[in-house]
Order: sequence, then structure tokens, then C-alpha cells
Amino acid sequence: MKKKIKVALIGNPNVGKTSVFNALTGLNHKIGNYPGITVDKKSGVAKLDDEVNATIIDLPGTYSINASSEDERIVLDLLFDPTNEDYPDVAIVVADIENLKRNLLLFTQVKELGFPTVLAINMADHMEEKGISIKIAELEKKLNTKIVLISAKKKLGIQELKQAVLDYKNFSIEPCLNATAVDTEFFSKLALTFSNLSVFKLWMIYSQDIKIGNIGKKEIEAKGIHLSENEIKKLQHKKTIKRYQFINDALKETYSRDVNKASDIRTKVDRILTHKVYGYLIFFFIMMLVFQAIFEWSSIPMDWIDEQFANLSTWVHEVMEPGKLTDLIADGIVPGIGGVMPFIPQIAILFMFISILEETGYMSRVVFLMDKLMRPFGLSGKSVVPLISGNACAIPAIMSARNIENPKERLITILVTPFTTCSARIPVYIIIIALVIPDTRIFGFLSIQGLTLTLFYLIGFLAALVSSWALSKYIKSERKSYFVIEMPNYRTPIIKNVVVNMYEKTKAFVVGAGKIIFVLSIIIWFLGAHGPGERFENAEQHITEVYQDKEVSEEELSEHIASYKLENSYIGILGKTIEPVIKPLGYDWKVGIAVLSSFVGREIFVGVLGTIYNVGSGDENDEDGRIKQKMAAEIWPDTGQPVFTLASGVSLMFFYAFAMQCTATVAIVRRETKSWKWTIYQLVFMTVLAYVAALIAYQLLK
Amino acid sequence: MQYKLNLNKVSTTLDLLKRNEKGVIADFDMHKVPLKLLEMGCLPGNAVELLEVAPLGDPIYLCINDTHLSIRKELAREIQVELVG
Ligand SMILES: Nc1nc2c(ncn2[C@@H]2O[C@H](COP(=O)(O)OP(=O)(O)O)[C@@H](O)[C@H]2O)c(=O)[nH]1
Ligand SMILES: [Mg+2]
Repeated sequence: MKKKIKVALIGNPNVGKTSVFNALTGLNHKIGNYPGITVDKKSGVAKLDDEVNATIIDLPGTYSINASSEDERIVLDLLFDPTNEDYPDVAIVVADIENLKRNLLLFTQVKELGFPTVLAINMADHMEEKGISIKIAELEKKLNTKIVLISAKKKLGIQELKQAVLDYKNFSIEPCLNATAVDTEFFSKLALTFSNLSVFKLWMIYSQDIKIGNIGKKEIEAKGIHLSENEIKKLQHKKTIKRYQFINDALKETYSRDVNKASDIRTKVDRILTHKVYGYLIFFFIMMLVFQAIFEWSSIPMDWIDEQFANLSTWVHEVMEPGKLTDLIADGIVPGIGGVMPFIPQIAILFMFISILEETGYMSRVVFLMDKLMRPFGLSGKSVVPLISGNACAIPAIMSARNIENPKERLITILVTPFTTCSARIPVYIIIIALVIPDTRIFGFLSIQGLTLTLFYLIGFLAALVSSWALSKYIKSERKSYFVIEMPNYRTPIIKNVVVNMYEKTKAFVVGAGKIIFVLSIIIWFLGAHGPGERFENAEQHITEVYQDKEVSEEELSEHIASYKLENSYIGILGKTIEPVIKPLGYDWKVGIAVLSSFVGREIFVGVLGTIYNVGSGDENDEDGRIKQKMAAEIWPDTGQPVFTLASGVSLMFFYAFAMQCTATVAIVRRETKSWKWTIYQLVFMTVLAYVAALIAYQLLK
Repeated sequence: MQYKLNLNKVSTTLDLLKRNEKGVIADFDMHKVPLKLLEMGCLPGNAVELLEVAPLGDPIYLCINDTHLSIRKELAREIQVELVG
């Protein structure tokens, strides 16, 4: 059997950890990113040589072992918990060659924890251009570590990195400096409390209030150690200064940078992107571009996928024996899944843009531009990242709020992020817009449908802002807020990173949504194809009698039978029961069922409607199984008016704009806030708001 | 980079720097500045330059000790700098 070791990638944000991870592991990733489970760390397998495989763990970026945000806390927790299944045998500290000084701070801490450590200095492809020279052998000696120069982008040094990791047993695990010298008296007292742990670990337990095994802050205090908050802080500051002194010394003779070569592209681009007019214009323009692209680029692949599922349904009817199973597959599962899959192109495009914006370094400029604007709403510039990512999916967005150090701002951001228009709303919006908004253009190029979509994105964003303003008045803040954010250099994105990210996120959506829809469409098909009592059983006989004297074609007759059956099926009865509640919003009971089942996830709405309408259409060899046509053809039985009108359509869109229709988000909010109270407040508030807004929209427009 | 301090040095606080003005961090009250900022290189003796001010006047965009970062003025106010000629 192959030997397996565990390797953690640790480093500052934006130094290329994920790129190194991708370069080491190819596409063998494991991420738990959807319903309920979340990505704290991404792991993958790298083949080091013929005998040894390594499980590589990509950790969130951190500037220091001293955690100041939830994200950094994850790194701290892992490195201090030997019982954790991901506890590494080897640490690779990834550093950016352009900012070695700051990157080495974290390195000295990781090394002091006693891990065999490799220092991977990344972005070596920039060396020449920036006039950087570095004496590896000497630096290795000073830092007492193995160093590998790499470029994740150009795939340089990856092999050497693997070789280095293989040799981990021979590494020195001694710290590279003695930081306890800042207060020898105190630290030697601390060292005596528990002699089985290193003094650095004891210090971290004490200052960060964490536990290793059963040793925590209390246990250390019980042994006579007492420092006030201020004294702890002072020591932390002193140690930081001490570390930087050591780093400066180490780099003095080994690292040099030609100041004249420092490029000024960054300065020029910054001037434009943070300009008081162009800055905002460009931001607005980019957002417009994203939304137009979602609509325009995806229409061809969408139609194509849609068609394939319709064909598939017909094909199943043709080749399989007629019977229950065939019906289940052709009328239940295929249309259910086929209702959601056409949205893959849109979701992929959205994730592509978000990943490019992050990779290039533009997101930080947005944070910089928006900070002051967000403050009156009780948010900070950092809330912009979750709010923008929320346009892809609320789950990673809510997790990205971990970067916000201030607890109040973080809580508010988490609570309002689900208002932003996540990709699961796209299926609902697109199909409703296509049905009720005319396909015309103004100025010859701006499509009204596209504008409507943009408008609903804005509505979501405004709802988030207004509610956070209200929340900020209500929630008390116990800690003073501060705002420190790095402005990374501009970089051309690595295509592989973008593709991997796009692929993973889209896959998570398809698998996550697909699983639920698969189960739901079976249930709904079953409930729709069966019913209690006589009326369902005798549908055929009953309808034939009713239409006995009237002239109806064979086809029409079977339609009538099918819809009578549906009405008297289990699902019909259930739908009729809730109809009084949803009728004021303009929905019939079929739409009601779809709204109700999409509590699990918004995207399910279309799939469920697909199943319901297919069960309800008597025609077995339905030529045109497209869901859109079916929705357009739906009428109210009593008035003969179409179900999907401007009024009911807009009402539906408002409902989906505000309602918390996603159990996975509820779960993640609970996890991230660690509070049922806030989770339930959020759920109730959003649902009530959605109902009221939909009600008003319908009553005004009808 | 070590800058030689001028004899007629001018002391001010970080939030009062103008665009492209350079200085050296002098001192600050450790209790008012988060550890994170220190860890990112904001330490006495390090060089600092103000690169941009956000359109609405806040936050500011700095280069400290080769690290580019952005902080709000309320925090910058706590940090003393000596201007470099
Ligand atoms: N030029 C260059 N850019 C790189 C290299 N490695 C990563 N990048 C870029 O650096 C940015 C941050 O990379 P990422 O892997 O997301 O960093 P992480 O935040 O540490 O995971 C991205 O824009 C990458 O394309 C490299 O070796 N050379
Ligand atoms: Mg990363």
C-alpha cells in the first residue's frame, strides 16, 4: 500500500496557495460545498513519488497565527489540534517573493509550532521584471528551513517542492528565533506550568484562549499566571517587533530588490479604478456587463439543453414499455431535472466573472471604493465581497463574511446577504421574464428583459442595504470596529484557477440541486399520479360521461381526463388546501405547490412545475415538452385567463426576491452565527416580507 | 528601506498625509492600534507612503514597509509619522 502523508498549505491571502494547490493536485479535489456541508478547507491528493501520496489541504489565507477573524481562526484551530483528521505532518508556507518580509512573519510562527516546514517562495516568474535577487542557500541557513523557489503560474519548481516535502523527516523543527527574549522572566514562568507543551504553544493557549487537549487558559491561570488584556497585547506587540527585527536581519544580506524597477503600472491602474468618477462608472459598467452576459451568452446553450431534455422525455416513452416506471421517468424525473439543468450556462458564467474579479485583485479596489458608502448602513467595505458573491450563491458568500473582524458588521452582513440575487433565483426570474416581459429592445441594443433582470438584482441589493440599516440601529456593538485590508497587486488571472473554480461551483450546484430535485420529482410525480378515493379512480369514466354529448376530439378528451385526475390526486388536494393563502398573490394551486416545495431551494420551482405540468398533460408523446410553452398555456379553469400574467409574474418575482427559500442557507446561517435566534428571525422576516411584497405587487398590477 | 531622518523633521499623523507624501512611522499608542496592523508591517521606523484617498475622503490607501493596504482615517489618526523631506 502507498504511504500517505498530510500536508497543509499555509500563507497570507493572495500569495497563490490555491494556485499551488491546483498545480500539485490536478483535478483530484474533494470539497463539501453544498447543502449543509461547507468548505472550510479544500483537500486533494498529490502524487509525490511512486511510493508516497500526499493529502494537500488548502487553508484560508492568514497574516498571522494570532487570529483576528473567523477565517484565521480556522487555521489556528487546525494547527493546534493534533486530533483533527487534517492535522498536518508537514507545513508548506507559501510566500510571495515580492513581499517576503511580511510573509515571513507567519513563517516564523508556523515554524515555532514545531512543524517540519518548507518555505515555498512563489511568483518567481516576477523576479527578473521586479529586479529581485535572492540567495537561497544563505537564507535557508538563517531561517533554518528548506526553501523552494516556485511559480505556480509557470509550473516551475513544483517537482522540487514535492521532493522537498518527501524529505520532511530530516527537517529541523527548531524555531528560527527566540521570541521569548522580549520578557524572559514571564516566559520562563509560563514554560514551567505545563512542561509537556512548548512555551510558544502555552503562550498561544493563554493569549488566544484556545485549548490543546485539556489544557486551556483556565488551567494555566490556575498555576499562577496572570496578565491583564493590556499586558497580553503589549507582549504580542513586542513579539511582533522582535520577529520583524529577526526577519529584517535575515533578509538584509540575502534579499535585494532594485527600487528603480518597481513598476508603476499598479499606480496608474489604481488611479483610474479608484477615481471618483471613473472608479464608480467602471464598477457599474462591469456589473452591467456581467448581467448582460448572463442573459445573452447563455441563451443558445440554454435552448439546446432544454431541447435535449424534451427529446429525452419523448425518447423514453418511445423505447420503454408503457407503464408506471416509464411514466415516472419520462413525466417525473426527466422534466424535473430538465427544468433546472438549462441554467448551468448562466451559473457558470456568473462564477467565472466573480472568480476573475477576485483573481485580478479588482475586488479589493471595490472594497476601497465602497467602504464609506456602506458605513451608514452599518456595514463596511468588506461586506461588499459577500454581497457581490451573494449574487452567485449565498452559501460561500456568507462564509466569506468570516473576513470581517467586527462581530456586529459580520452578523449584519450574514443576515442580509440572502437578499442578494443568488444564481438559484435565475431559473425563476428568467422563465417568468421570458413569459411576461416583452422581448423588445431600447436604443436598439438594451433588452427590456435584461433590464428587468438587472432591476431585480438592484431590488435584492437595496433590500439588503435597507435591512442592514435597520439592523444596525438595533444590534449593539461590543467592540470598536477597525478596518484593515490588503490591496494586492494586479495580476492576470490563471485560466486554470478560473476554470477549476467555475467547474467546482457549478458542479456543486448541479449535484446539490439535482439530488433534491430527483427525490422531489419522484415524490411529486407519485402524489400527482395517485389519489384517494373514487373520484381519482373513476376519472376517465366521469369525464367521458360529462363530454358525451359535446364534440371533442380524442386528444382534448384525454387532456380533460388528465387534468381532472391531477385535481383529485393527492397533490391536487394539497394544493387546493393552500390555495386560499396564495390566491391573493395571483397563484393557482399548481404554482402554490411549486412555491411550497421550493422552500428547499429556489431553483426547484421550475423543476416542480415541469413535473406537475407533465403529469397533467394527457399526451404521452408530447412533442413539445418545453416548460415555457406549458406555462404560457396554463389558464385559470374558472375564468379562462392565463395563470402567468404581468401581475402574477411580477408578484412571483418579488416573492422570490425576498423569501428565504433555501434550507442550505438557513443551515449555514445557523452555523456561522451560532444562534438559532438570529436564524429564525431572518427566516420569518424574509418570508413575511416576501408575502407582503408579492401581495402588493399583484393587487396593484392585476 | 531605511530613511535618514531630517533634522528639521515634521511630525504629523498618518491621516493628514497628502497623496504621494512619504514618512516614517514614529510611534503610536499600542492599545489603539490592532495587532493585525502591526503584523502587516506598521511598526515604528518603517517607511510609509500615502498612495490614494478614496473618492469620498475615506479610507486611505497606503504602502507601509512594502505592503499595500487600506485603513480608515479614524485608525490612521492614532499613528504618528515623521515626514521625509
Ligand atoms: N505571476 C504569477 N501569478 C500567480 C502565481 N501564483 C498565483 N498567481 C496569481 O496570484 C493571485 C492569487 O492566487 P491564489 O492562488 O488565489 O492565492 P491564494 O489567495 O493564496 O489562494 C491570482 O491572481 C493568481 O493568478 C505565480 O506563480 N505567478
Ligand atoms: Mg485561495
